This record gives sequence, C-alpha cells and structure tokens, in this order.
Amino acid sequence: MYNGGKIILGLIVFLAFATFPFYYNIGKVNAKPELKTDTPAIQEWVQKYGKKECIESKEVMRPEHMQILNNWRDSVVRNGDRIYVSSSGKSFSMSLQNTCMNCHSNKKKFCDECHNYMAVTPYCWTCHIAPKENTL
Amino acid sequence: MSINRRQFLKLVGVSTVAGIGGTAVFNGLRNSGLEAAQTSPDPRSLNGKRWGFVVDVSKLKSDEDYKKCIDACHSIHNVPDMSGLPEEIRIRQEVKWIWKDNFERTFPTAPEAEYQNSELKEKNFFLFCNHCAQPACVRVCPTKATFKRKDGIVMQDMHRCIGCRFCMAACPYGARSFNWRDPRGKDDNGQPFIKEENKEFPTRMIGVVEKCTLCYERLAIGKIPACVEVSGGAIVFGDLEDPNSEVRKILAEKYTIRRKPELGTQPSIYYVIGGGEHAG
Repeated sequence: MYNGGKIILGLIVFLAFATFPFYYNIGKVNAKPELKTDTPAIQEWVQKYGKKECIESKEVMRPEHMQILNNWRDSVVRNGDRIYVSSSGKSFSMSLQNTCMNCHSNKKKFCDECHNYMAVTPYCWTCHIAPKENTL
Repeated sequence: MSINRRQFLKLVGVSTVAGIGGTAVFNGLRNSGLEAAQTSPDPRSLNGKRWGFVVDVSKLKSDEDYKKCIDACHSIHNVPDMSGLPEEIRIRQEVKWIWKDNFERTFPTAPEAEYQNSELKEKNFFLFCNHCAQPACVRVCPTKATFKRKDGIVMQDMHRCIGCRFCMAACPYGARSFNWRDPRGKDDNGQPFIKEENKEFPTRMIGVVEKCTLCYERLAIGKIPACVEVSGGAIVFGDLEDPNSEVRKILAEKYTIRRKPELGTQPSIYYVIGGGEHAG
C-alpha cells in the first residue's frame, strides 16, 4: 500500500471525528421523560372513580394517541360525530382542547415532555389553545 | 432465477385474488387495536337537512343591534379584530364571519329601481357565508378542506386548508377571509387581534382561509347559532327542507330575495324585503 501510514492515520482521525458525539455523550444520557399526571382534574377523577384512567389504557394511549386524535378530528370536523365510546364503555366528548387538556392541563409536563425528548413538534397548538400554566 | 412477463403477471393476478397484495398488506400491518370503540353524534345535537337563515333587517334599529350580533359571533369564534390596522390594509386583510353592508353591495345584481325606497337603499344588511346548496368554493378546493355537510353547512376543515385561496376566488359573496397575519399576533399599536380568547374554541393560524361555519359546534350541543340568539328576531334559523320550520313559514308569507341568485349557487340565506310596519 502506497502511503499506508498516512492513509491509516487519516482513517483513525476520521473515525475519531465521526464517533466523537458518541464518546462525548457517554454517561450524559438525557433523562427519560417523566410524565406528570397529577393535575387537579385528574385528582378529582381519582377521588370520584377510585383510579387514574384515560379514555383508553396507558398501553393503548402511549403508541396510539396520535392516531386517536386524527380519528377524532375526522369524526368531529367531517362527520359531526362528537361522542367517543371507549372500550370500557364510558362516553367522552371528542375534543383535544376541552376533553384531553381538561385533565392534562399540564401541557409542559405531559405533552411537551415526550415530544421534546423525541424531537417531534406537532402543530396542534398553532390553532388549539393550550391550557394556561404557571411557568415553574 | 428469472421470470418472464407472463409468469410475473400470473403471480400478481393470483396474489391480488388471494388478497395478499396492495393495500391489504398495509391494512393488516397497521392494526390500531381500536375496533371495539365507536363514535356517535351527541344526543343533544340539532339535526336538519339544510340549515338556513332568514334575515329581516327591519328589526335592527341601531348600529348597536348589528354590533351585538357581530361581536357575539366573533368573540366566541376567536375571530381576529383587524380594526386597529390602517384602513387600506384593514380592507384587504380583515377577517370576518358576519358583517354588514348596504343594499347595493349586498345585492349588486338586483334590478335597478329608479325611485326606490331610500330607506331600503341605505339600510345595512347582514352578510355571512350563504351555505349554498351548490357551493362554488367546495368545487374548487383541491384538498377537500371545504366541504358540504349532510345538514347543508358548508364546512371549513382548518386541518386540511393549505391556504391556496381558490375558494376565495370562487365564492361570489366574499364570505371567506384569508389569515394574512397570525391571528394570535398584535397590530402596530401592540393591541392583540383577539382581545379575549374563548378557551373552548380554537383560533386559526396564519395562511388558512376561514368563514362562518353556521356555529356547527353549537348545533352539535343543541344550541342555535350565536348571531341568531342575540339578534332579537332579525335572524331566524331553521331547516329549509322542513316545511313546518319557522324559516319556511316566513318564506311562505313574505317576499324574500337571495344574493346573486342568477349564479345558481342556491344560497341558504334569505332576506326579507320590505320594511316598516309591513315587516312582521
């Protein structure tokens, strides 16, 4: 190999640069998002029904909430159907602003916590009005 | 291994028949697990086949009466108030769901009458989306953001609107407004366009078209439209397809006209013409 030393040196330097972000962040892992579900409305619900529950189970809501919101939007805006009957038989008014955010009035510690971690920026809030929160 | 065209087409045909091609695969993969859940309309909702208004402006005595209706609508729907902008900009950029204008501007194609009642000529009429039976805006919308609902309302789906403004060009009534500015923004004097947000209704964002939606969100919970509620009888709301509805009774009794009927859009807003003591 001609100029073998230089090539190998160059490769090492390249690898060092390319993998730098990984070395740099070792041990500095971002904190996992911690969702807070301790809003007044949820506490009231717990007192009334004895347990925390969303429209569907946590296991469904976590991966499917965006699909559900999409379906809700189409149902309400395009079909005019506003009542959602959950798999547990409870009825909910399909409204992000008035139903979801009524309980989850802590957008910053609930929505944004995960969305920021995952670097997704849903554009719900350019139109829908987010609940008023105390900035801590 | 290679296959020739004949073998390939056979394979495609067989797999399509067997239901393992195309969308069937994707639908199988994307199982949301929510089949059991269902949606339904609110039992309180008002149901009609073709909602419409009959407007009798003789019942509106002062500017205050007009303002009451306009404010009722614009405040609950978070319609930005552009009145703080310089006049020449406001005229182009203001957003309106319900507004007023004189006879000539309301009925520009009405036959000219030489010695017409001056009161009628100077009277202001309420204008809103006509919720046409044959809406031109719906035909031109490339994303189906604006569409006709089962109950006759010409609805605007803000999620889908791309702001192309074809609908504004198509609408012969000027009933649509484009958000040239962020409705949550402020004018040059630092005044917010939306004075007080209604927390139960969304705002819009810059770059979408908006208009009167006949208070679909109020009908869904059994309330009549906001402007009708505060109009003191000047705006009557009802189902035009129901012969026993209040609007049909007025239409049967009084002489009414619609805006630009010759265009064939079949507006659902009727105006009672004739004033003074003859108007009931």
